[in-house]
Amino acid sequence: MVTLVVKRIGFMIFTMIVVSLILFLLLETDLTGDPAARVLGQFANEEQKELWREQHGYNQPVMLRYVKWLGNFATGNLGESIRFKGPVADVMLPRLWNTVILGFWTFAVMIPLSLILGVLSGMKEGSKLDRSISVFGIITTSVPEFASAVIFSAIFVFTLKWLPGTSSMSGGFEFKQLILPAMVLIVYDFGYVARMTRASMAEVMTSQYIRTAVLKGLPYRSVILKHALRNALIAPFTVIMLQINWLLSGVIVVEFFFAYKGFGALILEASLNNDIALLEACAMVAVCVAVTTQTIADIGYTFLNPRIRFS
Amino acid sequence: MTTSVTEMRTTGFGPALWRALKSFGLLRESWVGMVGVFLVVFWVLVAIFAPLLAPFDPNASIQPFAGLGAVSAKGGTFWLGTDHIGRDILSRIIWGSRTVLIYAPLATFSAYFVGILMGLAAGYRGGWVDDVLSRIADIILSFPVLVLYIIIIATIGASGFNIIIAITFASSPGIMRIVRGLVLDLRNRDYVAAAQTRGESDWRVMLVEILPNARGPLIVDACLRLGYVIITIGVLGFLGLGLPPPDPDWGGMVNETRQMAMAFPHMTLFPCIAISTLILGFNLLADGLREISLRD
Repeated sequence: MVTLVVKRIGFMIFTMIVVSLILFLLLETDLTGDPAARVLGQFANEEQKELWREQHGYNQPVMLRYVKWLGNFATGNLGESIRFKGPVADVMLPRLWNTVILGFWTFAVMIPLSLILGVLSGMKEGSKLDRSISVFGIITTSVPEFASAVIFSAIFVFTLKWLPGTSSMSGGFEFKQLILPAMVLIVYDFGYVARMTRASMAEVMTSQYIRTAVLKGLPYRSVILKHALRNALIAPFTVIMLQINWLLSGVIVVEFFFAYKGFGALILEASLNNDIALLEACAMVAVCVAVTTQTIADIGYTFLNPRIRFS
Repeated sequence: MTTSVTEMRTTGFGPALWRALKSFGLLRESWVGMVGVFLVVFWVLVAIFAPLLAPFDPNASIQPFAGLGAVSAKGGTFWLGTDHIGRDILSRIIWGSRTVLIYAPLATFSAYFVGILMGLAAGYRGGWVDDVLSRIADIILSFPVLVLYIIIIATIGASGFNIIIAITFASSPGIMRIVRGLVLDLRNRDYVAAAQTRGESDWRVMLVEILPNARGPLIVDACLRLGYVIITIGVLGFLGLGLPPPDPDWGGMVNETRQMAMAFPHMTLFPCIAISTLILGFNLLADGLREISLRD
């Protein structure tokens, strides 16, 4: 168990270092085009570019620059954002917090909803209820986030006029503006978690100990609640943790659509404006969050599953 | 006589066609799968006959801000209205189906090509080849996928070819994992051992003996993945990182008109319905195929 945890955390750190190297090579070297041209625009002349390279230390050897860059990163010096004219950290942190709020409400609704639906359909595999929930899940995951955002806006904003169409929070925080972005994310993501829960539940329901419990005459309720659920919910735990990775992709689309001032919209803005320092910092944060949750998922899974924990 | 019939089913030219017909027959029992087939076939036909079906030139600016069913001054009806620069939305949706049905299968195929080769090598060779390839896959898969696309497109630029490269890069590790798992299961079968004893080369064993026997799960996965790739192309177009204008692309159409969506919802709504029904088609088809593969 301890060696497994150490191994996982070691691999996590290794991944982050490799990712930082890839990001550095892609964005800071000539591999994919001149960084000076990218920052200064296509109309800059050779003299200006050379001056910029000299000022920002781009004429040093690549490996030395990488080590310096990584050092700056590790000590929290993330550089300056060109677009927002300020330190990257000051731009990024409030945006990150906004996305945490959005993500929290999304998960708070999505997880109970998808677990309940998944358990209900897994309890009786092949039943009418099971098929209906499955098909409903397939339909909702087939509609891309931007499409459901358009469709929900057409219904709730344009026709019914219940909800605001943008979520820029310009007049302070308003919960009403959070509903549509969260709804789009929930509708797109819940089907997958429900399907995984269903598979796990269905597998448990066919196992020997559930048959024993049924045959010895336990009421159906307690078979499900006391025996089946406990084992069926181990696998969804992993899926939910990995869902954070999907959410990081989803928020980009949703925040862009609803003009929500969050982290996802910031990544997009940074890339569209060639704000390299900001893009690097955002990408590193995104990967750190993703890798950390994956590690927690892995360790948590082994911890929850006694068959692995005690072997 | 009976033996010749069964032989016909299992050898010669017959088998591929026969099996295809048989699985289509089985698919007919799953109404979910049939709806999927219907949706996919519908869009494929639309894409093929786009020049005949589209009432207007998709890039021609005719009459801006026309509503549903508005009649053009020069003759013809804008069944789904026009966009802010006067292009007929129905024609753009019809031509847009070509864009998506060309790029999505190409990107999926390219991702499968790379993923299958990596998976075969990792699963069959094992050892350090497996370690290295699996670590690379882990690292690529640890990225939030859209962040990866944004970084790739931001550095190499937005074009059809680059989108295929980005999708191949981001999805082949997932395919590799599936193929690797299947190969690990299949490589200890007797027929593999027989081929090895015959002295056949590693690549021949992998491609002729192992790969065809792994096709079932891969076909289901390919249908699902095709759906994801269509979502990806749509999302990239929506974020303004997709195919360069002016050629119609469903995600791009939403991006261009989303500012006006509150006043003219038809401009964004119909491309969204188009892309959703196509993705739904592939997902339902995958579900139907999975259902019949479980029954066997």
